[in-house]
Order: sequence, then C-alpha cells, then structure tokens
Amino acid sequence: MSEALRKEFKSALNKVSQAFDALGDFTTFSALSLATIIKKPSAGTMIPICFRVGVQSVPVVAITGMFIGMVMAIQVYSQFQSLGMATQIGQIINVSVIKELGPVLAATMLAGRIGSSMAAELATMRVTEQVDALICLGVNPLHYLVLPRVLACVLLIPILTVLANFMGVFGGSMVCTEIFKVDPYHYWQNSRGHIQIWDLSVGLIKPIFFGAAISLISCHRGMNSRAGAEGVGKAATSAFVWSFMSILVLDFFLALFFNNLHQAIWPDNSIKTFGPK
Amino acid sequence: MDSSSSNPNFLSLQNAGMAFNGVDILRNINFNIPKGQTLVVIGESGCGKTVLLKLLISLLQASTGKVLFDGQDWCALDEQRTNEQRLRFGFLFQGAALFDSLTVFDNVAFGLRAHSKCDEKEIEKLVLMRVKEVGMKESVLGKKPAELSGGMKKRIGLARALILKPEVMLYDEPTSGLDPIMTDVINDLILQTRKNMPVTSIVVTHEMRTVHKVADRVIMFYPLSRLKPNEPQLIFDGTTDELFKTPDLRVQQFIHGEAKERTLESENHANRDEAS
Repeated sequence: MSEALRKEFKSALNKVSQAFDALGDFTTFSALSLATIIKKPSAGTMIPICFRVGVQSVPVVAITGMFIGMVMAIQVYSQFQSLGMATQIGQIINVSVIKELGPVLAATMLAGRIGSSMAAELATMRVTEQVDALICLGVNPLHYLVLPRVLACVLLIPILTVLANFMGVFGGSMVCTEIFKVDPYHYWQNSRGHIQIWDLSVGLIKPIFFGAAISLISCHRGMNSRAGAEGVGKAATSAFVWSFMSILVLDFFLALFFNNLHQAIWPDNSIKTFGPK
Repeated sequence: MDSSSSNPNFLSLQNAGMAFNGVDILRNINFNIPKGQTLVVIGESGCGKTVLLKLLISLLQASTGKVLFDGQDWCALDEQRTNEQRLRFGFLFQGAALFDSLTVFDNVAFGLRAHSKCDEKEIEKLVLMRVKEVGMKESVLGKKPAELSGGMKKRIGLARALILKPEVMLYDEPTSGLDPIMTDVINDLILQTRKNMPVTSIVVTHEMRTVHKVADRVIMFYPLSRLKPNEPQLIFDGTTDELFKTPDLRVQQFIHGEAKERTLESENHANRDEAS
C-alpha cells in the first residue's frame, strides 16, 4: 500500500471514528436530558418557552401550511382537468398535505425558526459562561435549559402540524373552488372519503418524533458550541442542517414503519374513513 | 484574619494538571489554600488562571492529579454530593454571566428559589439586602442585564454569588474592563465581603491595585509554552511585599508591565519563521 493511500485510509478512518464519537455524544446527551424528566420542570421555565415555540410560531406555520395547499392545487389542477376529474382534486391535495407535506414542511419551518434560535441562545449562554453559572448555582443545565425545550417541541409541534394541515386543506380548497371554480359540493364530497383516521393519526405521531429531533439536536449543538460569534453562528446553522436532515430520514423510516404496521393490522387494506368511499 | 489554622488545607491541589486537546495548560500544580485566606492569582493571559478557578469548583476535572475541597477529592464525589459542595462556592465570572432572559431581581433570587424554602416575601427582602450591599439601587431590580453597564453587571453578579452565603468566593478578573474608580469599588466590595462573612477568596486578576488592596497571599503562574519541560509553572508564592521584592525577572516584568523582552522574543520568532 502506498504512503498516500495509507494516509487517505487513515484520514477516512479518523472521520468515521469522529462520526461515531459525535453520535455517541449526542445519544448520551439525549439520554441524560430525557432522564431529568423525573423532576418536573417549573411552570416559570416552561411557559415562556411554550409561548415562543407554540404561540409565536402560529403565523409562520399557518402561512406555510396554506401556501402548501394552494401551490399543490395549482400544480395538480391542470392534470386532473385534462382527465375530466377536476372534482377529484381535493383527494390528492388533502392526502398529500395531511400525510406528508404538512408534517414535514411544518417541521422544517419550525427547525428553522425554533431550532436555530434555541441553538443560538444556548450557544450564547455557553460562551458567556451562563451555563457554568447555572452549574455553580447547583442547577442542572440539562433540566433547566434542555428539558423544557424538548417538552415544548414534543407537545406543541404536533398541534402546530394540525394547524398547518388545516390551513393546507383550506388553501387548496380555496384555490380549487374560488379560482378554478370546481363545484364545492363535489370537491368536499370526493375529498372526505379518502382521508383515513389512520392517516390523521400518523400525521400526528410523526411530528412528535420531529419535535424531539429538532429540540435535542438544536440543544446539543448549542450546548457544545465553540467560543465566539463564529461558534454561535455555526451552532445555529448546524442545528438547522442536522434537524432538517433528521426530519427527512425520520420521515422515511416512520413512513416505512407505519406502512408495514398498517399492512400487518389490515392485510386486506380495509380502511377506516370519515365518509363513504 | 487568621482562621487559617482551623483548616490549612481547605482547598488543595496535588500535582494537578489540565490539558485541552492534548495541549497542557496547567502542569503539576501543588498548593494549599487555608480557610479564610484571600489568595490572588496573577499571570499572563492564557497561563491557566481561569482554568484553575474552574478546577477548584469542579466545573472542569483535572486531567492529572487531585483537587481537594475540605479534604474531599472532587473526583470521588457523586453528582448530588458535587452539587452540594458547589453550593458552598460563589463565582463571579469575568463577564458576570448574568442570565440574559431574567431581570436583575430574578438573577439575584435564582439561587434562593432553587435551593431555599424562603417564600417570595423573604426572597424579596434578601435580594434587596444583597443588592444594596453591593451599592446598587432598588430601581435596577426590574432591568434586564443588557441594560446594565459593565460595573453594574459585575456588582449584580457578586450579589447573585453571595446570596447563598458561600464559604469560598471565586473572582475571575473582577475588575477587567472597568474604569479605575469602578475597579476600586469592586476591590472594596471584595474586602467588604471578607469582612461581612468568613469567606475564603481566590481572586484571578491582572490588576496590581487589586493585588495591593485585597491579597493575603499572591501566586503567579507562567505560561507552559515558555517553560522548559521540568520547570515549575508556579513561579511565585508569597505575600504582596515579597512579590514586589522578588528578584525573579519574569515576575518583575509582569508587575511593571514590561513588554520589551517579549517584543524581542516575538520578533526573533518571526525572523526565524521567515528564514525557515
């Protein structure tokens, strides 16, 4: 083996080892943070964080959700119109929004809005020694800083996703019925038979995982920030990048898992719907 | 103040060393701090003074050797016991490290809310007392740290550190970035704190006025990068009078702020780099 090749191999091996180190560090951080749940976080720490994660995200999530539905309607309408199936368009919009686009895009928006801000805030606290000050005052930073953020995201991101889904369905229906003049009665009649309770449940379970991933990754990045403005900036950027990637990876594996579970429970593909099929 | 006889090894470093990413910052440090003493730590930037403070309160674990507090090795303590012991310390950080999201009142009350059974009325009374003790007015309590000047932040940081009546106070460059008058105010507060409660103080500083005013004992560290492998890093340990009389050139250069030799050293390094 030539010297250059050996060096390359060694460097690749180092990178793999570093990646495993980072994964191990993140896993430990997550486990230790979640373990602090044995002591309930105080309302004084939870309420401001819930306000920032939940209430202040409402406009962003609502607008994102509505435009997802509206854009879907515009993209899909011409194909359905050419097949003479314009009144069926609601099915595809609603199923796409509720099963995939709503949860994933709402989570992505929240990763940008909440995740980056959490990472930047905790990174600033780290580099200005506020985290050390907490430890000196006998307070566990994982319990005081990380746990409330994780709980807020896990509890509120599913609710925000419901809002995004609702706004997506509403936006799609407005474009179809008001702009493309699809008959509203047929639009809704054809739509409602295709949303399953299962789809709604999956659409609500996924954001719990997305919320946990966003908050844990962002807090981990923030708490392990390097010193200085550059360190804080990098923490915020990497929090978003890693959160976004984890959302997509989780979405894939969750979709796979829930499809298999659905197959296992209802092998004949019988479905529970809100209306006639 | 001679309570030192009661416990001469209240804080103790035994061959303690600290390295970051394989680079030694502190090496084989040995000294004891008796109870009640005010120890001032001086030395150039980057010689490990802040790291020393963080080792003393177990914010960092020594890479080698032992750090003992009240006879107990920090490494031998479990998490709960470590936390209990840490509450016997107060730490005034270099930038005060006030919690940005909380008001001054909440910052000072933080330790009480976390660890005492005081009701809000008692907390309010104690916070007010501490804030007045550090020479601040009541009107500052509703402000956020971002609205305070550097000196005000340091004083509020001190009030927060003192609220749980610590036995040991750690000051990390308490006067850095302050004007001469505010520097004197902070020095007076360090003295006043020692007078008001039986506290052992460790003050990290570059400020010679602080050394003059508050020190019972002074130690000086030298950066490892400029020492030979077997040279001790602790180059001075004595009283303030002894500090100013010591013949050690490195100490005298630091005290008098002489950069001439250092500039020559840097130029030699640059010339060598250029030549190579």
